[in-house]
Amino acid sequence: MSNEQIKNLEEIFEARIARDEKIEPKDWMPEKYRKTHIRQMSQHAHSEIIGMLPEGNWITRAPSLRRKAALLAKVQDEAGHGLYLYSACETLGVSRDELYEQLHTGKAKYSSIFNYPTVTWADMGAIGWLVDGAAIINQVPLCNTSFGPYARAMVRVCKEESFHQRQGFEIMLKLCNGTQEQKDMAQDALNRWWWPSLMMLGPTDAESIHTEQSMKWKLKRKSNDDLRQQFIDQTVPQAELLGLTIPDPDLKWNDEKGVYDFGEIDWDEFWQVVKGHGPCNKKRMKDRVSAWDNGKWVRDAAMAHAEKKEAKKLKEAI
Amino acid sequence: MKNQNLYNYIISIADNSLILAQRLGELCGHGPTLETDIAGTNISLDLIGQTRNYYQYAAKIQGEGKTEDDLAFLRLEREYKNVLLVEQPNDHFGYVMGRQYLFDVFHLLFMTEMLNSKDETLAAIAKKGIKEVSYHKRFSGDWIKRLGDGTEESNAKMQEAIDDLWVYTDELFDITEADAAMISEGIGVDTSKFKELYYTEILALLTEANLTIPESKYFTRGGKKGIHSEHMGYILSDLQYMQRTYPNMEW
Repeated sequence: MSNEQIKNLEEIFEARIARDEKIEPKDWMPEKYRKTHIRQMSQHAHSEIIGMLPEGNWITRAPSLRRKAALLAKVQDEAGHGLYLYSACETLGVSRDELYEQLHTGKAKYSSIFNYPTVTWADMGAIGWLVDGAAIINQVPLCNTSFGPYARAMVRVCKEESFHQRQGFEIMLKLCNGTQEQKDMAQDALNRWWWPSLMMLGPTDAESIHTEQSMKWKLKRKSNDDLRQQFIDQTVPQAELLGLTIPDPDLKWNDEKGVYDFGEIDWDEFWQVVKGHGPCNKKRMKDRVSAWDNGKWVRDAAMAHAEKKEAKKLKEAI
Repeated sequence: MKNQNLYNYIISIADNSLILAQRLGELCGHGPTLETDIAGTNISLDLIGQTRNYYQYAAKIQGEGKTEDDLAFLRLEREYKNVLLVEQPNDHFGYVMGRQYLFDVFHLLFMTEMLNSKDETLAAIAKKGIKEVSYHKRFSGDWIKRLGDGTEESNAKMQEAIDDLWVYTDELFDITEADAAMISEGIGVDTSKFKELYYTEILALLTEANLTIPESKYFTRGGKKGIHSEHMGYILSDLQYMQRTYPNMEW
């Protein structure tokens, strides 16, 4: 294909996106678009899979049968989200095994928030309320993103995430209406999860390398700083309702701007965790890799059995 | 308590589901594929659902104002009456599927009989449970076939699990005092009716999966009487952790 032909295709492609048309897997697309989507969707899928671990940590210790069932269902939803998102990646010609390989070798990233430990039951509340809350803010705009399979997967993901967020808030509410020990547990969880949740919305706009191109492709509709502000403005009143204190002495309502001003985020901590030196990076990766390695004989067996069955069927047909 | 036997009977059935669900819950996120993780949580969820129905009913019969959670979380180890099979650890995926299948075949036969119970609540639980347990059995049975037939390694691992778990199968059919009383009232399930069927069905599947039934005739028992394996204390430490550390609180 000549350069001019490619340029033409690119123009048609960009015009389709500008008209809000969906791009489907078999449509022509620039290589960069394909790669960017694989990167973002797989990063999202990996975050779901790694995210199962800190919450899975509390399934056996959930304080009631009702909470145990809800937590199991939530972690199961996350596995389901991982499944749709890996499938969406597969439509762009990359296999789930290749993506796992990237995750396990540290080539692919996942959301850094999951490198923090879940040390009390209240963390199940805080994760639902804050982490899923921040995730929704990030993800709702993606329901209208340009790549069809991603947009459709996100519609379902967002519905479930919003249920998880309410469930997390409800865990917090119950704690905050409980004994002093329970309230302390809730406050302690907020103290630990607040700043990492703000970091979850990504580096400041000045530091964010992907924003401009992603905006054009509707992979992003608002900048990281705008999303963060939206999250803070939405969450502060919820914390007040719970009777909890946001661990930021500089947080105060700015009447003029109509938003909350907030304190300095410790970006050194953010980059430390992103670069693999958070409290649980090594543990999360070790758990994933050992699940994968220990499961190899099972996957091999399934494959061998399927091949034998196929061969038998073929033999019978002849 | 007026209905002590009924209470004891329900508790022993419920404990099987609870402890198996707890074991499956340990695995979430650590399985060989995403699909098996999803299926494992599904089965665990079904079992927790059944458990809740049983304990709610048992609490009502007990009539002391206790809740499902009091029964699930606040008994002493000796008061749990699950069979030893369900408390066996997740040593590897072959053990997980072996334990599941050996229990599922029993569970489905049990539920099918419980449909005819004179106790309407138990019959209703069975009606709902049969659909769930049929799926569990299909899932675990399919995996036994895959692992038994798949590779040399998987065959050896699956056989290892069956050999180790086999000794716990006979206990499934032990009849306690409460069981006998409930059978005589037409409420409980007479498991002796389908013991032969249980072993025939398992033999057929294992044979299809290139696996063999261990020749040993020695079986281990005790769970139904509250005498558990060494694993049980650890299972309960996790299960009861919150309720014991923070007593009398709502969650």
